[in-house]
Amino acid sequence: MNEEMASTRLAAGEAMLELARQGADIVAISADTSKSMYIDLLKKDFDERCIDTGIAEQNMMMIAAGLASAGKIVFAASYSVFTSMRCCEQLRTFIAYPNLNVKIIAGMGGLTAGTEGVTHMATEDLGIVRCIANFAVMAPSDAVAVKKAVKAAAFYRGPVYIRVGREPSPVLSDDKSDFEIGRSIMHKKGRDITIIAAGLVLYEVFEAAKLLEKQGINAGIIEVHTLKPVLNPELILSEAMSTKNVITVEEHNVTGGLGSVVSEIIAGNGTIKFKKLGLQDTFAESGTFDELLTKYRLKAPCIAEEAIEMIK
Amino acid sequence: MSNYGSSSIDENKILYLEEQAKKIRIEIVKMCHIVGEERKAHPAAALSSADIVAALYFDIMKIDPLKPSWSERDRFILSKGHAATVLYAALALRGYFDIGRLKTLRTLNGILQGHPDMKKTPGVDMTSGSLGHGLSAGIGMAIAAKLDRKDYKVFVILGDGECQEGLVWEAAMSAPKFQLSNLIAIIDANGLQSCDEVCKIIPLEPFGTKWVSFGWNIIEIDGHNMRDIISSLEIASNPKNKPTVIIAHTIKGRGVSFMENDNSWHQKAINLEQFKAAISELGGDCTSE
Repeated sequence: MNEEMASTRLAAGEAMLELARQGADIVAISADTSKSMYIDLLKKDFDERCIDTGIAEQNMMMIAAGLASAGKIVFAASYSVFTSMRCCEQLRTFIAYPNLNVKIIAGMGGLTAGTEGVTHMATEDLGIVRCIANFAVMAPSDAVAVKKAVKAAAFYRGPVYIRVGREPSPVLSDDKSDFEIGRSIMHKKGRDITIIAAGLVLYEVFEAAKLLEKQGINAGIIEVHTLKPVLNPELILSEAMSTKNVITVEEHNVTGGLGSVVSEIIAGNGTIKFKKLGLQDTFAESGTFDELLTKYRLKAPCIAEEAIEMIK
Repeated sequence: MSNYGSSSIDENKILYLEEQAKKIRIEIVKMCHIVGEERKAHPAAALSSADIVAALYFDIMKIDPLKPSWSERDRFILSKGHAATVLYAALALRGYFDIGRLKTLRTLNGILQGHPDMKKTPGVDMTSGSLGHGLSAGIGMAIAAKLDRKDYKVFVILGDGECQEGLVWEAAMSAPKFQLSNLIAIIDANGLQSCDEVCKIIPLEPFGTKWVSFGWNIIEIDGHNMRDIISSLEIASNPKNKPTVIIAHTIKGRGVSFMENDNSWHQKAINLEQFKAAISELGGDCTSE
C-alpha cells in the first residue's frame, strides 16, 4: 500500500495534548489505558490533568461526570467494548442525562480489535450510544479526522462518543478539508449508486468506487462521520433519490449503526411515507405512565391523528 | 459510638439544628402524603437521613441558596437518591426554591423528579438514584477542587444497603490514592434495604474495618445525635491527607414511630389518618400544607 498511514488513537492523544497546550481546561482520564490510548503524551507537561483509575471503567466514567459537573472538559479513554457496554449506565444516566461535558475516546473500535477477538471487539457500540439522548456519536475515518473530531468535541456542548481504531490506517483527508460534528461529507457525487460509509472502512469504499468505475458504474461516496446528530440528512436523501441505489458500509452490526441511520433518513423522507412515534431522542421525566404516554404522543388519539395526517 | 469533643458545641446551635431536622421531617411527610399512591415516594429512607442533611444544609456546608451554581460552594451528593424528599425539603427550607413547589413532587413538568436531577432542581449538585454511583462522582468533584486550588468540600450520603454495589468499592479503593481529604462519605446505616435487613441479604460487616483497610479515616456515630453529627462532620472537614467516612447508625423511618424499623414504609404513600398521626408526632400543623 502506498498510502500514508497514521494511528487514529495516537491522533486522539495528540489532539488532547494540543488542547491542553492551548489552555483548554481539559482532564484526561483512563482506566489502565494511559499508554494504549496515549494519555501519556500529556503527562510530561500536564501530569496533574491526567488521572488513571486503574482497571475500573465505571469509576472512571463517574469521576469524569463529577469533574465535568465542576466545569472541566473531560476526555475519558478506554476500549470501546468497555466504554459503551460496561459503562453504559454511567454514560446514559450520569453523563448524557445531565448533559455533561464528557468526551469518550473509544479505542479498538469495530473490527480493529482484530486478533483479540470478540471480548475486545465492539460492533454494537455506535448503536448503543446512539440510543442515548444528548450523545453525539462519531466514527471518524482517519487520523486527521480524529484530530479534528477531538478538538471539535472539546468545544461541543454535551457528551461526545468518538470511536478510534488500533493500528495505523490510511490517511484519507487533510488538515484543510472542512469538518463539523454532525455534517456528513460528500466525497464523490454518483450517478448509479450511493455508497455511504462511517469510520475506517471509508478507505475500502474509495477503493470499491475505483473498481466499479472500471465496470462503468459510477458510484457516489458519502461519509457519515457523525451518526448522531445528522445535520444534513438532505444530502443523503437527495443522493439516494437521484441514484435510486444505496449501500451502507460499517464495521458494526447492521442494526443500530450507520445502516439504521441511513434507513431512518430515507424511510422518513422518501416516497413511502414513514413516521416514528416514540421518544424523539429525548429523555422523559417523572409522571404517571398515562401522563407520559400523553405528553410523548403515544396515546391512541395521537396515534390516530398521526395516521390521519399521513394518509390524507 | 462516641462523642468527639462535642461538649464544646453550643447548645443553642444543637437545638436550632434539631428544629430544622424536625421541619425537614414534616416536609417529607407532607410530600409523601400529598402526592398520593400514584406517585408514592420513599418516606422511611428520607427520614433516616434527616438529621445529617439538616446538619449539612443548616450548619456545615458553605453554600448560597441565591447562587446554586457558585463555583466555591461545598457540594452534596445524595447517592441514595431514592431518599430525594429529604434533599428537596432541605433545599426548599433553605430557600433554593419556593416551599410550595414541594407538593409538585413527581408530577409531570415538575422540577422535583422521582430521583434527584441536577438539571431540573436548583441546588442539586449531582443526578442520582441509580445506587452506587455518588461516591465516584464525588471523587471527580473533589479532584476538580484540587485542580482549581479551591477549598470546597464534597459530602456524599450513601445507604448501607447501597454499599452492596461494586462501584462503591471501586470508589473506596481510589479516593485514598488521590489523597482526597476534601471528600467526606456519610453512610446512613439504617440496617434495612428494600426487601429485608442488610445483614440478612448480603452482610457488610465488618463494615468499618473494610473502610479502614481501604485507607479511609473512619468515624462511627449515632446518626440521630446532632452533637455527634456536627462534631464528626467538623472533624472530617479538617483532616490529614485522606478521605473520611462517617458511619452513621440510624433508624429507617426515624421520627414517625409507626414507620420506624417497619420496612413496609420503604416506598409507600401516607394516607390521611397516618399523615395526621405523623404530623402530630412531629409537632407540625396538619391544616397548612
